[in-house]
Amino acid sequence: MSETFEPKIIAFVCTYCTYAGADLAGTSRLKYAPNVRIIRLPCTGRISPMFILKALQKGADGVLISGCHPGDCHFTHGNYHARRRWMVFRALLDFIGIPPERVKYSWISAAEGVKFAEFINSVTEDIRTLGPFEQYSQLIEQTQAPASL
Amino acid sequence: MAKIGVFICHCGENVGAKVDCTKLAAAMGEHPGVAVSVEYKYFCSDPGQESVKRAIRENNLTGVVVAACSPRMHEATFRKACAEAGLNPYLCEIANIREQCSWVHTDNDKATEKAMDITRSMVEKVKRNNKLQPIEVPVTRRALVIGGGIAGIQAALDIANAGQEVVLVEREQSLGGHMAQLSETFPTLDCSQCIMTPRMVEAAQHPKIRLLTYAEIESVDGYIGNFSVRVRMKSRYVDVNKCTGCGDCITKCPAKKISSEFDCGLGKRTAIYTPFAQSVPNIPVIDKENCIYFKNGKCKICAKTCQCDAINFDMPDTFVDLEIGAIVVATGFQVQNNTMYGEYGYGKYPDVINGLQFERLASASGPTAGKIQRPSDGAEPQTVVFIQCAGSRDPSKGVRYCSKICCMYTAKHAMLYAHKVHSGKTHIFYMDIRAAGKGYDEFSRRAIEEDEAAYVRGRVSKVWQENGKLMVRGVDTLLGRPVEIAADMVVLATAIIAQPDAKEFAKTIGIGYDEYGFYNEAHLKLRPVESSTAGVFLAGACQSPKDIPDSVAQASATASKVLALFSKDMLEREPVVATNNEATCAGCWGCVLACPYNAIEQKDIVDRSGRVIKRVASVNPGLCQGCGTCVTFCRSNSLDLAGFTEKQIFAEVMGL
Repeated sequence: MSETFEPKIIAFVCTYCTYAGADLAGTSRLKYAPNVRIIRLPCTGRISPMFILKALQKGADGVLISGCHPGDCHFTHGNYHARRRWMVFRALLDFIGIPPERVKYSWISAAEGVKFAEFINSVTEDIRTLGPFEQYSQLIEQTQAPASL
Repeated sequence: MAKIGVFICHCGENVGAKVDCTKLAAAMGEHPGVAVSVEYKYFCSDPGQESVKRAIRENNLTGVVVAACSPRMHEATFRKACAEAGLNPYLCEIANIREQCSWVHTDNDKATEKAMDITRSMVEKVKRNNKLQPIEVPVTRRALVIGGGIAGIQAALDIANAGQEVVLVEREQSLGGHMAQLSETFPTLDCSQCIMTPRMVEAAQHPKIRLLTYAEIESVDGYIGNFSVRVRMKSRYVDVNKCTGCGDCITKCPAKKISSEFDCGLGKRTAIYTPFAQSVPNIPVIDKENCIYFKNGKCKICAKTCQCDAINFDMPDTFVDLEIGAIVVATGFQVQNNTMYGEYGYGKYPDVINGLQFERLASASGPTAGKIQRPSDGAEPQTVVFIQCAGSRDPSKGVRYCSKICCMYTAKHAMLYAHKVHSGKTHIFYMDIRAAGKGYDEFSRRAIEEDEAAYVRGRVSKVWQENGKLMVRGVDTLLGRPVEIAADMVVLATAIIAQPDAKEFAKTIGIGYDEYGFYNEAHLKLRPVESSTAGVFLAGACQSPKDIPDSVAQASATASKVLALFSKDMLEREPVVATNNEATCAGCWGCVLACPYNAIEQKDIVDRSGRVIKRVASVNPGLCQGCGTCVTFCRSNSLDLAGFTEKQIFAEVMGL
């Protein structure tokens, strides 16, 4: 029996809602899959599509983005900008050959530790089903592009 | 060349039991740019912080990563320690290996591997951190207190008595809130009005307090020390400056049969009215919905009666703009609508009432002048059944929490009833008696032992009417048998819920709230009166259900926080703000559209002769809150966010 594939997932979250929700999952001692690495940003509005592409290029099998619920943004409407950006970016992802299912978008508030844990588990399972994301690295090998800064 | 110090904290067993800290320290020690990599049991302790400081000095570190708990916990602690050792505090970052690693994973190897990734990513970030200086902003020494209940009044008085200006805003026409509605208060049974009204008067007459009643917060902009607040003064149709509060208009108003909100529907009021006799300010308002003139265009009896010419039917809403340094939110609570319990017959049988209605019945200023009379026929009830937890601790009704005050006020109701109706019998259905508080358990024992309240442990399944009685069927779980009681009146200990517009209001002022609509404190244990927004504090039941002593204590705590804020001339703010590279800025103004704070201005670049050669964006660091939305918007990559620069984030991703 082959070893189960452990996907590598990078999460970009805002510090006010989802990061706090992740902390709450911790203080509540909820257990979830250890595949996600969190990068903290002030607001989902700060998340550039370039970060997502960089994460996939670096070898992430999936990326997730999460912030405050619509209307709850600490910065009043950074998350709306993020949402609009995502709507456009999703179409672009598809166009450049990255399956949009590998990038997940969600709203998780500071009170939703349980939702955070469940979300991480479900994303990990989904990405595991999709399998390793190799297209990007193959592409890079072909073009010999430097994979560093 | 970077010289980074990595400090790995065991946090006792919290991290150490799950993450192999020795392995982590060894791995980090080999990472390029890391000069020191050590582990210790508690880095947040005094010796722990000292060792960090020593390492910075001895190795001339250029950056520090503390792998420990969440940055929301101890980032400030370690940044302060770095500053004390002569390192710019913004060269210190926290790798969160507790809340987001050791506490949430079961497999030790995988947790260790994840901890390595998290720490390495932070090391890569710190290498690209810049020295930042805190931004100093002036403080407006004027507090805004929202809500004129006991919590708001207490906070306003405490701040004002310390010599600072306060604006107290209340949306009803009088101060008082729920406490003014109560008859007597537990555990001392002193009259609520007797202790409340002097405080109301004191607040209204205080030279440092500006009282705005019948007023609502329209908008809140700005940030700690520098809020701009717009208040809508709802039209009373009565000129506050002319009215003397004689009450002639109220006596003469022909619309007399309007259900009184203050008496919870048990009493009647007129269309021009004050909610209760001791209202502060004692100036009536016209209820537009029920006023005969507003409905039919004819009447104006109040205007004819008024000798001061104070009535003005054309009065518009007005606005007051305030410059505010700190905000205390004390917006209080509501009681749940009990009609959701169809089986208890609230709303169907007039003699099924809620706890707040019982307060009005028992109050000397209430609709029955303090006589316990049932609403249907005014008869004195001989048997009263109280049902506790009518709504609270009931997940099926969306209220999982305990409303905290109901056990005590039900015991008090039983006592008040026993003192007023000597022949009366009381039955109380309860789940648990929660009487934690000074003198509380003694009080509830007194209800049982001296005033013969019969406590039945169990729930009520149904209330129905039969032969002029309210039949209450429940279960006595201690005796293990069903109980049926023929009662004359049933009182439901209704759940306390957040104000119906609490969530909307939270968005107006920019604070967080929980799933029930109660406002979130910054830290449940250590920062219980601060909201997550700097400069906004929470007092009273808007944060969670509370009794009077707790609300007052919390209100005084907010006052001390506000006064500490006002003790300085200048405030230090985190330097996480956007900066613009004027050389590459094309002046497309995409950032202006993105900025929620209007912090981006246009700036002219002029040559030596003063000719405008270019117009670029310029970020006002006083207004910028550091969300970074503009940075992502910037087409020419000219904008960047200090503390979360493009370089730093890409480095973090690359470190994973």
